[in-house]
Amino acid sequence: MKITEKLALNAMKNDKSSHIELDPRICATCRERYCLYACPANLYSLNEKGEMVVEFAGCLECGTCMIACIYGSVRWKYPEGGFGVQYRFG
Amino acid sequence: MAGLSCAYELADSGMTILVLERGDFSGSKNVTGGRLYLAPLRGYLPDLWKDAPFERRVTKELLTLVGDTHSATLELQSSPSHQQVSPSYTVLRAKFDRWLADIVSEKGVFVIPQKPVDDLIKEGDKVIGVRAGQEELGADCVVAADGILSFMVGKAGLRKALEPRHLALGFKEVIALPSETIEDRFRLGEGEGAAQLFVGSLTKGRMGGGFVYTNKESLSVGMVVGIHSLNQTEPREEVYKLLDQFKERPEIKNLIRGGETVEYSAHLITEGGIHGKPKCYTDGMLVVGDAAGLGLNMLVTVRGMEYAMVSGVLAGRTIKRAKEQNDFSAASLAYYEKLLSESFILKEMMTYQHTLSILENERLISKYPQAIVDLFEKVMTVDQRPKASLYQTLCQGLKKEFFNLQTLKDWIQFRKL
Repeated sequence: MKITEKLALNAMKNDKSSHIELDPRICATCRERYCLYACPANLYSLNEKGEMVVEFAGCLECGTCMIACIYGSVRWKYPEGGFGVQYRFG
Repeated sequence: MAGLSCAYELADSGMTILVLERGDFSGSKNVTGGRLYLAPLRGYLPDLWKDAPFERRVTKELLTLVGDTHSATLELQSSPSHQQVSPSYTVLRAKFDRWLADIVSEKGVFVIPQKPVDDLIKEGDKVIGVRAGQEELGADCVVAADGILSFMVGKAGLRKALEPRHLALGFKEVIALPSETIEDRFRLGEGEGAAQLFVGSLTKGRMGGGFVYTNKESLSVGMVVGIHSLNQTEPREEVYKLLDQFKERPEIKNLIRGGETVEYSAHLITEGGIHGKPKCYTDGMLVVGDAAGLGLNMLVTVRGMEYAMVSGVLAGRTIKRAKEQNDFSAASLAYYEKLLSESFILKEMMTYQHTLSILENERLISKYPQAIVDLFEKVMTVDQRPKASLYQTLCQGLKKEFFNLQTLKDWIQFRKL
């Protein structure tokens, strides 16, 4: 099962704006790219220009990226009320 | 569940209690592996359990050492008479927390969904309320029960930044299977449950392990991986792939055969023990549960939900006392820290204060499970050659893997557990 198929199983209501923001200046200097490996939803990727981007839809709200990024690029808050993942089992 | 437990303790006190819930309903943002040990809770919450939505009573504990191509499992099967003494139950948080929220609501507590707290309102250093969206809510006492990432603890200045070393990622799939299939595959009686932990090569050198918990009509299959270890371990690999590979192993593949994944979830877990615990009180505010870093990896048992519920109760008791004295200052609320240290929570966290350094010992994950599995395999295998004596096989295996200075050093370290 692909990770995108797994994420599609979750009850999710996506807000219009992202609850995760990256600081492109910090990401530009990062070599390790911890976020790429740490996100259990695989939401981080490098775009065609080689810049780090994050897709907030599908986020499991664990906060791992914010902790794994020791350079402090990940500005992360909880989605607004009524949005984000709604676990039915948990 | 820490916040709701606090509300439960305070429900009959005459105070107005508001529980601000981030999700659509209580439990909708929460994740456990996982199971709840009831014995430590009964003294603090004696009347709660009659209709609790437990999944299964755990009657079987399995510990599996995982090698590259083999694994070895130790199984603890409890006799029916013993099961009543110290039961634990598997739970799913979306069900359990919702049930608890209904109980406290019936007792007159206001549980307000879709209300994430954005900020604390302060007067000098004193917390006097919270801001949630456009709303400002004043309170004699704010209880931060906003989970392991607790932004409220950060805003109150009670903790510096969270550290990768002190946290692990837990992530799992809930895989639906018929009740009878689960009972057959784990050899369980009706309603009985199993908890299986895995340690060894499944994490590919990373601190952590795997788990399977039986629910009524599903299995929770997941892994825990330390974030620092995840950052540092080579060769690098996306963490989500480790779970897919784990599911492909025969130990899991045959358990989940024919099952349908119905949810994929993730949550952080504290691994820092006492070293990751912030100060739990300040003027006008207390901190409970995961927000207070109350959780413990005891290597073969993992604790957190009992700590959450009991810390909530202790915070409730502290607030009642503060109300009687009409004093919600830090000096008054410091009573909570005293209650915590007198409870099993901080006693256990002190006992296990050295665990983190042992968990970080990479040989615990990479070397010893593999060595034990290899030796077990050697003992069990019959090939075309004449079989060597059992004693000789064991001695050779032990000598090769365990009779060396490194293992002696590790053994001395493990004695701190």
